Amino acid sequence: MVLLKIKFTQQRRVHLAQGLWLLSWTAVIWGAIIFCLGVYLKMELLRRDEVMDNTEIHVVPNILIIVGLASIGTNWVASCVCQDSLDATRFPRWKVLLLGWFPVAAVLCCLLISVVVLSFALQGRLEESLKVGLRNGIRFYKDTDVPGRCYQKETIDRLQMEFRCCGNNNFKDWFEVQWVSSRYLNFTSKDVKDRIRSNVDGRYLLDGVPFSCCNPSSPRPCLRYTLTDNNAHFNYEYQSEELNLYSRGCRQALTDYYMELMNSTGPGVLSVILIQMSVILGMRYLQTAVEGIMALEDPEGESDGFLLEKGVKETMEDLKVKALIMLQFRLVDPIATEGSSEDADLEKAEKEASPTPAS
Amino acid sequence: MALMLVKFDMKKRVKLAQTIWFLYWFAVMAGVLVFSMGLFFKIELRKRSELMDNNESHLLPNVLILMGLIACGVNAFGGKVCYDSLDPSKFIKWKPMLKPFLMFCVGFNGLLFVTALLCFVMRIPLQFTLAMGLKNGMKFYKDTDTPGRCYMKRTLDLMQMEFRCCGNDHYRDWFEIQWVSNRYLDFSAKEVKDRIGSNVDGQYLMDGVPFSCCNPSSPRPCIQGQMTNNTAHYSYDHYTEELNVWKRGCREAMVSYYGGLMNTIGALVLLVTMLEIAVTIGLQYINSSLSSLVNPEDPESESEGWILEKTVGETFTDIMANMKAMSKGGKVEEEAEAGVATVS
Repeated sequence: MVLLKIKFTQQRRVHLAQGLWLLSWTAVIWGAIIFCLGVYLKMELLRRDEVMDNTEIHVVPNILIIVGLASIGTNWVASCVCQDSLDATRFPRWKVLLLGWFPVAAVLCCLLISVVVLSFALQGRLEESLKVGLRNGIRFYKDTDVPGRCYQKETIDRLQMEFRCCGNNNFKDWFEVQWVSSRYLNFTSKDVKDRIRSNVDGRYLLDGVPFSCCNPSSPRPCLRYTLTDNNAHFNYEYQSEELNLYSRGCRQALTDYYMELMNSTGPGVLSVILIQMSVILGMRYLQTAVEGIMALEDPEGESDGFLLEKGVKETMEDLKVKALIMLQFRLVDPIATEGSSEDADLEKAEKEASPTPAS
Repeated sequence: MALMLVKFDMKKRVKLAQTIWFLYWFAVMAGVLVFSMGLFFKIELRKRSELMDNNESHLLPNVLILMGLIACGVNAFGGKVCYDSLDPSKFIKWKPMLKPFLMFCVGFNGLLFVTALLCFVMRIPLQFTLAMGLKNGMKFYKDTDTPGRCYMKRTLDLMQMEFRCCGNDHYRDWFEIQWVSNRYLDFSAKEVKDRIGSNVDGQYLMDGVPFSCCNPSSPRPCIQGQMTNNTAHYSYDHYTEELNVWKRGCREAMVSYYGGLMNTIGALVLLVTMLEIAVTIGLQYINSSLSSLVNPEDPESESEGWILEKTVGETFTDIMANMKAMSKGGKVEEEAEAGVATVS
């Protein structure tokens, strides 16, 4: 029982080949777009590399890049096959290649689906990575004289200004860290000595934030120091002040940004999956229709195109049998060689045994 | 003696028509480019019109938009004419319009050239507008409660952060104006009263700058207040301190930004002008080669093409003679009418 059989006249075959040619070129262009999306996403992730602890999230753009390139190649081959499919002399050379083409195209579709799933599944890992990276960035903010960390301050400042965020979870993260370098602290002054003595680790902590936390939309000039002291500033109340600093944490801001980026690639990836599947189906019909016509040796006649020669169950059985035969072949061969060597030993033993009566 | 005479046979004519048709479509895209550049420039001016006192001149972007639209139309028409020139039956209907169309193209190319020059020249008025606008903008920095000016603080802060600049010419401009609103000043405090008393206009002036002047590349946390007092901050010398706040003035930053933009647009418009001149000459060759067929009945015969039928001097005298004849003709008609009126 053939699966989804369709009759193909000469005219229909020509239309199928032309339509499939066009579709495969569309798929090539979409493959290029997916490649570019992957490159763009990778560049955006690399730009903020310093505030990320691990590179697990890079698997998403890597897969997009690989799939984009593979899809360009695969669909270009498909378009070549379509061009040659109506010429009985040129089609046979593609026969063997087509056997391998279908599994490759199917693997591409699976990879694309996995990209969509991964981009949702890795959100938690991304947040963890950002949490650790930002915490280190804030800790090393003051180390502008330590080689390897001297650009941490600039990185964190630019990040906070660009993404309009402050601290890891919120601006209070800056209260727990010494972000003023000891080079700029006057250790003879009373205020500095008091602050350093007032905590266990001997750090200079203050209830202030760097300038990059300031919100330009605030109606009053930015208040950065002695934030918890209402009396230090005129007409200021710490609990109700909203616009003075950015209220969002940088971890949340960056996660939202990257999630939005990956979600916006979602529709593109889904349409590529659909196009690729249509190309696979169309190619299967074209292959079976053209092979049918070549068997009949009448280029103008009708032929049948189908998805599977027998039903789904029967095809699975066939594949199982074929696989078993291939496996058994390997099993039978060793047994055959063992058997033959045993026979040779037996013969040898007989030969040795036999001459004694003669002599 | 025609100007730049070229012999054409059938094949050459076809090739010329195809090339010029292709170039015309290129020119249509160039027209779209000019239009979009005008639009982009207009949006850029609108974005910062607050900093220019809302009286910046939109002449240049409007002209660019208009020229872009006309270029698209003219080039599309020219392309259609080229396409039809290969078919004598279709070309007949375009023939009478070609001469006026070519004259119009010449005039349009001249206008394009003037537009390109305008791009380079309009930099100067823009400079003055920016200087005035920024000065006033800084004055209104503190007026976040005045309707119509409440966004000036945010605009200035964002601009200083984006362009990496501080003040009009340098950061000391902030020392000369009051940029802290009175709502946030405690008038009962001694320090405030001293500062207000110490100057003529009763303004609260301080040697400090807003946070948006801070340079993130500085190795030390930003020093915004008491900038001229070396003893107020540990290990600080305001004469040698370079990385603390942005050194550049915002007028210079904005002028160089807009100046660069206008230079680029001017260069692109010049290139488009040269393309337009090339296609106009090409169309003239097509027109002249098709109208000078050796054997008018045979479309495959040879012909000649030229830019001007006579030399430049002769063409010029011809045009002057034509204009005189037209004005004389007008006079003669008037006299005839007057004569008729007097007779009757």
